[in-house]
Amino acid sequence: MTGSGTPKLTEFLVEKVVKNYSGIYDKSTAELLSRVRREKLSQPAIFIGMGSCGITAGADKTLKAVETYLTENKIKADIIKVGCMGLCSAEPLLDVQLPGKTRLSFANATAGKVDDLLNSVFHHTLPHDNILGQYRFHGHEEWPGITSLEELPFFGLQYRMVLKNTGIISPEDIHDYLARGGYKSLFKTVLNYTPEKVCEIVEQSELRGRAGGGYLTGRKWLVALETGSDQKYLICNADESDPGAYMDRTLLEGDPHRVIEGIAIAAYAIGAKKAYIYLRSDYKRAIVILRDAIRQARECGFLGENIFGSGFNLTVQISQGAGAFVCGEETALIASLEGGRGIPREKPPFPAEKGLLGRPTVVNNIETLANVPAILENGPAWFKAIGTKTSKGTKVICISGKGVRTGVVEVPMGTRLIDIVNTLAGGIKNGKQLKAVLLGGPSGVFVPPQDLETEIGFDTLQEIGAGIGIGGMVLLDEETCMVSLSKYFMEFLQKESCGKCIPCREGTKRMLEILEGITRRPREESSHETLERFKGVVQLENLAEVIRDTSLCGLGQNAPGPVLSSLKWFREEYEEHIFDRRCAAGVCHDLRTFFIDVDLCNGCNICQRKCPENAIIGTVKMPHFIIENKCTGCGICFDSCKFNAIYFK
Amino acid sequence: MEQLLLDLFSKYPAGKKEGLIPILQEIQEEKGSLTGEILTAVAQHLELPVNKVYGVAAFYNQFLFRPHGAFHIQVCDGTGCHLGGSVSLLTAVEKFLKIKAGNTSRDGQFSLEAVPCMGACDQSPVISINGERYPRINEEELRKIIGVIKEKKV
Amino acid sequence: MQFEIEVNDEHVIARRGETIKNVLDRIGVKVPTLCHINGFTPTGNCRLCVVEVDGLPGLVPSCSHPVEEWMKIRTHTPRVLKARKTLVELLLAGHPNDCLYCEKNGRCELQELSYEMQIRERKYQSRRIPVQIDKACPSIERDPAKCILCERCIRVCNEMIGVGAIEIIGRGSESRIGTTYNKGLNTNACVKCGQCITVCPTGALIEKTAIHTVLEALNNPRLYPVVQFSPTLPAAIAEEFNLKSTKDVLNIVRAAMKKMGFRQVFDISMAADLTLMEEAAEIAERIRTQEGLPFFTSCCPSWVRYVEELKPVYLSSLSTTRSPQQIMGRMIKQYITTSAGQKAEDVFVVSAMPCTAKKEEAGKDFIKDTQVPFVDAVLTNREIIKLIHLMGIDFSFLEPEPEDSAFSIRSSSGKLFGMAGGHLEGLIRTLHFQMTGQEMNPLKIQDLRGLKTRKEARIKIGKQIINVVSVSGLAHAKHLLEEIEAGRREIHIVEVMACPYGCLNGGGQRQGADEKSLKSRMKILYDIDEEEIIKAAHKNPTITGLYENFLGKPNNDRDREFLHVSRVARQEK
Repeated sequence: MTGSGTPKLTEFLVEKVVKNYSGIYDKSTAELLSRVRREKLSQPAIFIGMGSCGITAGADKTLKAVETYLTENKIKADIIKVGCMGLCSAEPLLDVQLPGKTRLSFANATAGKVDDLLNSVFHHTLPHDNILGQYRFHGHEEWPGITSLEELPFFGLQYRMVLKNTGIISPEDIHDYLARGGYKSLFKTVLNYTPEKVCEIVEQSELRGRAGGGYLTGRKWLVALETGSDQKYLICNADESDPGAYMDRTLLEGDPHRVIEGIAIAAYAIGAKKAYIYLRSDYKRAIVILRDAIRQARECGFLGENIFGSGFNLTVQISQGAGAFVCGEETALIASLEGGRGIPREKPPFPAEKGLLGRPTVVNNIETLANVPAILENGPAWFKAIGTKTSKGTKVICISGKGVRTGVVEVPMGTRLIDIVNTLAGGIKNGKQLKAVLLGGPSGVFVPPQDLETEIGFDTLQEIGAGIGIGGMVLLDEETCMVSLSKYFMEFLQKESCGKCIPCREGTKRMLEILEGITRRPREESSHETLERFKGVVQLENLAEVIRDTSLCGLGQNAPGPVLSSLKWFREEYEEHIFDRRCAAGVCHDLRTFFIDVDLCNGCNICQRKCPENAIIGTVKMPHFIIENKCTGCGICFDSCKFNAIYFK
Repeated sequence: MEQLLLDLFSKYPAGKKEGLIPILQEIQEEKGSLTGEILTAVAQHLELPVNKVYGVAAFYNQFLFRPHGAFHIQVCDGTGCHLGGSVSLLTAVEKFLKIKAGNTSRDGQFSLEAVPCMGACDQSPVISINGERYPRINEEELRKIIGVIKEKKV
Repeated sequence: MQFEIEVNDEHVIARRGETIKNVLDRIGVKVPTLCHINGFTPTGNCRLCVVEVDGLPGLVPSCSHPVEEWMKIRTHTPRVLKARKTLVELLLAGHPNDCLYCEKNGRCELQELSYEMQIRERKYQSRRIPVQIDKACPSIERDPAKCILCERCIRVCNEMIGVGAIEIIGRGSESRIGTTYNKGLNTNACVKCGQCITVCPTGALIEKTAIHTVLEALNNPRLYPVVQFSPTLPAAIAEEFNLKSTKDVLNIVRAAMKKMGFRQVFDISMAADLTLMEEAAEIAERIRTQEGLPFFTSCCPSWVRYVEELKPVYLSSLSTTRSPQQIMGRMIKQYITTSAGQKAEDVFVVSAMPCTAKKEEAGKDFIKDTQVPFVDAVLTNREIIKLIHLMGIDFSFLEPEPEDSAFSIRSSSGKLFGMAGGHLEGLIRTLHFQMTGQEMNPLKIQDLRGLKTRKEARIKIGKQIINVVSVSGLAHAKHLLEEIEAGRREIHIVEVMACPYGCLNGGGQRQGADEKSLKSRMKILYDIDEEEIIKAAHKNPTITGLYENFLGKPNNDRDREFLHVSRVARQEK
């Protein structure tokens, strides 16, 4: 079943599934659906996780190896490219499903292992390594002795609603989505509800914006709906640029139609006829998949003129961000769409009243929109039952850093951070200790181990001074230098600051310079310098307060987050850097002190010749010595010593 | 005026500023960089001052005023890779190629860039050469790859 | 709709649609601003105007936030004061340390803020990449190191003048105000109007100074220095030195100039009358032949630069008459060589103008077959004021000096040149006479008066209706051109001034002009027109004498030597 599909199949699915309110099918329809969904197979099916993360891990080579294997062994099987099901640290992921048997999932299936893996499956003998688990399904024979995926700690805690289809279905084939009930919500909405009713339903569900702001989505839509104008716009913000966060990409590469359906319903609710999907221009694969998905949706009549005969028209256009982190902020995004520099604007007026080209514009995060079809399908009460009292539904989280497992997960609101760390991520790898968790990207905060009992939720996190942001979570171990990491984030924000307002443009620069002063070794050591550095830390706190108070947009307001939280919880590291000139984690290279082990040194003189500061003395064939106050800690000698005679503290 | 611009100008209507970034993106994709003549032509078509077009182009990471080298090396410096050793990797490449990040070698063969997160955080450090990704790479391997490229050029 | 709010624990009335700052201005509570320009939409760059509003997170910019019913506002709490002080300290961190050597020493808004906020130490020190001063332009000098990125210049250049000669280049702390590929201001769309200079709070934008040249000339025994001044100078000097009564001011100014060393002092308004005579003749001809309409005035060099560079299609519609400055300069040199026996190259003509573009214009014209320029140096009104300070002139000791030179008789039409719409009004008075032989009655054209950027009028001249438009602010001229290109065919005459409201708000005028001072400058000119006996150019006996004895008929300068000039497009860059 490829992307082309027959028009007849499309028509069938639209009539029998999309427009079917009851959800009850006759026998032959049910049969066909289970084939389209690849539950019932007539020949083997091989699924390869071809998200960008998978491709980086080598999934494209795996794909070629699979094709070669099938040709050489003259086996007929369908190859389906799917998105990433979330366990990125196990990629490339390869699933094999034989007719009548469960779908079997293999981890780390690099090209070289393909032959053995497929051999074992097709010969019904299973290898011991590489198996991740099997998808349990009613009516499929299970592979003996293999765990079910839902019992794995990585999947056990998850509630995959937004990511329900990601990694399962083919993103390139709309029929797959349709056969699972796709576009039913859109049909139900445009033919049965007024736009006001849709806003009401979504407001009742208490869906809150998933980009960190946490504003009630339904209420935002209502503002736009009630503002009179000749044109209104809906913008799907998929411009994720937080380093270490790629949830939007995963969703777009895995289940683009869910996003499109959510956009269509939202556009209907606010009275917009034009919608934009704004995503990074370097998400090349996502753009290709999305473009094709929009085309397919249009051909099926879900976009364009007179959708489902309701009179509702909608065009969806892809807009590529040209590379600026600040364009994730809604007013900067709008400025960029208007053809200008991505500079945020004052609010009020809010975009829902006056946005793109002066018209009412709703900018929603892609994850927010991806929740919408399910809410319309199951009703607001169903959605409210998930999560906590003040934060309903789920949150997609991207775990990266030093965890045993990394990837993209979806948990109900109310899940404790510690459970995400221990159960989903499997703790810290290589037996190291957890030092802190970074929540909320480069303008987020460090959460120390003692605060990890906190539950995920807008208000619960605010109580510990944190926010979920767009859902990026980075696990840090004892080898992380908090000062250096804070400096790294400040560098990033400084580069990405738009430059409009003084506190962010100049203030973050001063903060960065102070942090650089702390992590760099000065030319001459003197107590005056130490005092300067200490004063710098005090200035950091003062500056942070003013930057937070006066910055125009979220980038500036949250920029001091990492520095302030690391000062709060890891002050002793700062003091060590300032007073002892030492980086315990060994990260700040400039603070390293190098020594030559006289027993190992054979006097080859290479280090002395290479030292840029002439800080090494010694004669040939005699042990050499490093002059500490000339040494800048660059490490060239360490790199060039062939006898491992140089070490550092 | 060359065909590329003519095609773009018929696709994006005159005087409509909203078309500026998509036009520049298509030119950047096709030609690798933007020149003064291109900026002037685009400015005339969209009825904007040239300085405004230049100012917009200079704001975004995507637009270049000098093309990359024949082999463009990108070292991911997202959080995951940063923790995974991207900094020392970048320093090593800088030394090996004798160019600083953000620059192109004099012969135009290599250019080097530290880029924000590529989204393969579990496979850090990640580098990309002309779009081809090399995950979990170390200095030794990178030297070998660059060496091979250099030899092929010779 | 009115409602009550609280400001610093006092109840005040506010209206829907006002910003917080509107209310604060009304009740006399001052908050500092930097990026604010009167009449422009606030953008919220500088954050200096922030105030505390109960219930809102962070501090709120009062310039742009609308006032709302429940608001409790505090404008000078310790938190707010600390924030404002820190913001200024941050600006100072990257600012050069050379206040004492800076052109704007004593008149710099950053200095004022630093003083107001009680800043006593350089708390933050920052690295700044060294930048080049842009000296390429004959009128304007740019020093990016002193720029604090308030963006006022860019907004004025884009929104008021409409050429966008400068823009912000780059992002974040790498942002700089500059041009494409950082080329000099001269190789660009810049029309030299100098409006950017008048809004710049620091010394980042200043005029190219000619003071040293003039001082040298004043002290060179070989040279015969003279000065010609524009109708706007007396008012400018009165403002600066707090002088009263306009009538005497002109004579006091004359006395001051003589004290400085200028041998003779001339009022350009007389040459303005000559310009009007020539232009009226041109127009009459074009109306007769129905060709070359609409007629565009050309005494504004920024407007001419704009046409030459960007809209050469209008070159043939421009008047070929030279501007009053150039005509006067040429006339003075001729007059002094004949009357005082000086060689033309030894007569040093200094022109005192409210305009920076005139500095470029002065370098354009030379006496035929010589290297002698019509005008040797142009000083802006600001520079004249500086010269007065430098030369130790104390106005309380000056006696008004009566007019003594030739060319001292001028009509009030010549004076009205200082104001947008004024040139046009004077032009129509003379045109009416030239076309019908009758005086226009009434002479005052109310539709062309007032502080507006576009004024239109329909005048009956004989049996014809003549349609005229005055636009000021080059962006408004652009709009008018678009209307004309879209089909407006009935317009006969257009007067274009690049500076909004005309020369009295020129790029060379004193900084800090607000609506009140502009209105007062305007009133001075209209009062002169009211009181003056000779109200039209053709009634000026000097002018009629000139034509009878030397020039013959108006619009007769076929060899383009004296009164007219050929218009040429600039090369495509």
